Amino acid sequence: MKTDDLIRAMAADTGRRSMPMDTAWRLAGVLAFVLAGAVFLVALGPRPDALASLETARFVFKFVVTLALVASAFALVRALARPGGGGGSLLAWLAVPPLLLVVAVALELFAVPASEWMTRLVGVNSQVCLTFIPLIGAAPLGVFLLALRHGAPTRPRLSGAVAGLVAGGLAAAFYAAHCPDDSPLFVATWYSLAIAGLAAVGALAAPLVARW
Amino acid sequence: MNGKNERENERELADLLRAAIAGDERSYALFLDRIAALVRAYARRKISHGGVDPEDVVQEVLLAIHLKRHTWMPEAAVMPWVYAIARFKLIDAFRRRGRRVEIDLDEIAETYAQPEIETVSDRDVGRALDTLAPGQRSVVAAISVEGRSIEETARKFGMKEAAVRVALHRGLAAIARRFGRD
Repeated sequence: MKTDDLIRAMAADTGRRSMPMDTAWRLAGVLAFVLAGAVFLVALGPRPDALASLETARFVFKFVVTLALVASAFALVRALARPGGGGGSLLAWLAVPPLLLVVAVALELFAVPASEWMTRLVGVNSQVCLTFIPLIGAAPLGVFLLALRHGAPTRPRLSGAVAGLVAGGLAAAFYAAHCPDDSPLFVATWYSLAIAGLAAVGALAAPLVARW
Repeated sequence: MNGKNERENERELADLLRAAIAGDERSYALFLDRIAALVRAYARRKISHGGVDPEDVVQEVLLAIHLKRHTWMPEAAVMPWVYAIARFKLIDAFRRRGRRVEIDLDEIAETYAQPEIETVSDRDVGRALDTLAPGQRSVVAAISVEGRSIEETARKFGMKEAAVRVALHRGLAAIARRFGRD
């Protein structure tokens, strides 16, 4: 088949339309939220004093930092799914959640005596955190990898890692409502570790799943 | 080609692609023709020594553009999108042949300025068709090589037009996958 023949075949195929990327990402976002929420409610549910805790800065901060990660990583992964979609300027926003963490940790170290640092860092249920953030985030990661597959990521490994960050941030935001540990020392250690795990899985899976 | 022509070129390509996505076959064929010439010039510049056939890369890029045209944003520039796809597919083609390549993005501007007017090389990639399932192969061959319309093809094989469209689309997707594996 010559290139001209191929062009003729593709022109004849123009009637067949596929879902626009914006629609695909909106759909993926809603689906990921619903799936993460369902797993969270079935497996854990919010802690009894969740509503009352909204008055404490440490509890609220957990949502601020995880949702900041969701927002910045989601914007970036959408750009990465398009060839020439840039992403360079969006990459900088990804620094916001870690910076928030650094500030929060600094404030915590200032507010709490050194003798309590280790206790707060270890917390009461780091194992549960390391189990359930990946568990809640698994389905969202799958959904985001499928959205990447629908797109055309020219940097599949990076795209997969960022998809893992979105899934991890989403899962961590849900998990935060259950988790009794509110110290930034705990969040910076265990939440980060769990989210990094999802990012690693995304980076490994995307080159296979989102091949085009 | 000066800056003004470049802008003009970009505007025309965007118009053609928008019309194509809305379903206009003629605009789409025109668009792909022009893109093929630009990508051919790009591929020939980048492939200075054997191992990879530039026309293979051209076809692979065109197929990728076709199957992923929904990743183009209607308000975005066309050529950066096309070159990002071309660059990705070229690196992929080199990687499949076990080479390491560094592609200098700065050279893109230069490539842009010299679209190749040369006619398409007469190479035959019948092997791409050979890998298709028989039903898909005859449909794709009838439309591409024999230049039949969807309606004529449907009549020829006694198929419904919708079935011809599905076979054509799946055939093209299968050829694109095939490219990625050889």
